[in-house]
Amino acid sequence: MAFLFVIPGPLRELAGNRGEVRIEGKASTASDALTLLWSQCPGLRDRVVTELGEVRPHVNIFVDGESIRYAGGLSTPVRDGAEVVILPALSGG
Amino acid sequence: MPETRHVSPKNHDVLLLVGTMKGAFVLRSSKARGGKWDVGGPYFAGSAVYAMAYDGRAGRHRIWAAPNSMHWGGLLRWSDDFGETWTNPEEANVKFPEGTGAALKQIWQIAPGLDSEPDTLYCGVEPAALFVTRDAGESWSLVEGLWNHPQRPRWEPGGGGLCLHTILVDPENAKRVRIAVSTGGMYVTEDGGATWRPSNKGVRAQFLPDKYPEFGQCVHKVVQSKRNPDRMFLQNHWGLYRSDDRGESWNDVANGVPSDFGFAMAAHPRDADTAWIVPLESDEFRCTPEGKLRAYVTRNAGAKWEAQSKGLPQKGAFETVLRDAMAVDSLDPAGVYFGTRNGKLFGSADEGKKWSVIADGLPAIVSVKAASVSLPRARKGA
Repeated sequence: MAFLFVIPGPLRELAGNRGEVRIEGKASTASDALTLLWSQCPGLRDRVVTELGEVRPHVNIFVDGESIRYAGGLSTPVRDGAEVVILPALSGG
Repeated sequence: MPETRHVSPKNHDVLLLVGTMKGAFVLRSSKARGGKWDVGGPYFAGSAVYAMAYDGRAGRHRIWAAPNSMHWGGLLRWSDDFGETWTNPEEANVKFPEGTGAALKQIWQIAPGLDSEPDTLYCGVEPAALFVTRDAGESWSLVEGLWNHPQRPRWEPGGGGLCLHTILVDPENAKRVRIAVSTGGMYVTEDGGATWRPSNKGVRAQFLPDKYPEFGQCVHKVVQSKRNPDRMFLQNHWGLYRSDDRGESWNDVANGVPSDFGFAMAAHPRDADTAWIVPLESDEFRCTPEGKLRAYVTRNAGAKWEAQSKGLPQKGAFETVLRDAMAVDSLDPAGVYFGTRNGKLFGSADEGKKWSVIADGLPAIVSVKAASVSLPRARKGA
């Protein structure tokens, strides 16, 4: 299996200055896929999820274009070849 | 992103570390502290920086900052070149261990330990907890003695969140540390953090049926004299207090102030009878009374507080000075500084007799720290 992760600009420094990271490995859920990403880019983990393992409230993760918030959270199924996009949520102040 | 400028301090210059809701700034002046200050920053543009600190121990000239991104969370970063470069640790260096069920929301305070323990620093966070490093910041750990205190589950968040915002390492005993929590009150350890007890005798809790409980007060800021550590002052959520016994008991000293509500407080670097505050009108309005921006100083341990307004706006100045947005330098006469939520930074080089605007138009200021730069002497031929 292989997955394509799209990394937002502010975090690219922690992904070897890459905007996209392609990883091969086994994953059946978004959580599994992200674990593959952390293994290659460990600095991303604490920026995307809290120490409780929850996606930070102002971060959105999309699997093949669908926000995991509405597709099962970190248990969202992922297919071989899925694109996982990490984006800052539309928030500010 | 905005252009970032840097300052180039020389030995004995004064630095102001200014944390705002949208980044950090480092300002520099000669020790005369007159005229224009150089402004470095913004660093971490877009992140709230509630806590900064200067660590000049053991030959360092290290600036600490706690940027907290709304998106990517918070961590501690440091610079050894006055802001030109900052560490960016891969793993968040301050985080709750597994099993606590807690996640870091905000870092509220960074406090270097005594000179006798130059690799020790503390940081206070939200949800209210204390972290410590014994290796100059390479690794941080939760102070379990406080986290496991049986009263902690009954602490409640104030308007700013359940934050541990004040850390005072006793100048005469590194194992005696005081912390303050909104809303939990003040606690002290005498054994380096293993055990803690509340230290709020005489401090009012306006919002509880028992007005003088053992704990649960909404303490906003506590300061301690370095020369006479028995002398402390406390700005409470309603209430202004002095202690003459190192925080074991507190006496109301709201004499001559337009309001005993406020956040900011600073102690004189040498005179234990002198401290500054910026009173606010009430816990609803939270702005300077009568639209007049005034610092108040006591020079007699709270027997009387006097307004210091020369150079400060006295009309339509509805300003708010938050709990960490006031600082004093160590020079003689002492420099006093404060920043407002409207992004104005004021300073006085003569202990508050005259004030001037150091910077205007900054983002909302939440933290101001002052430090004197001490650079290692250059070696001959180096």
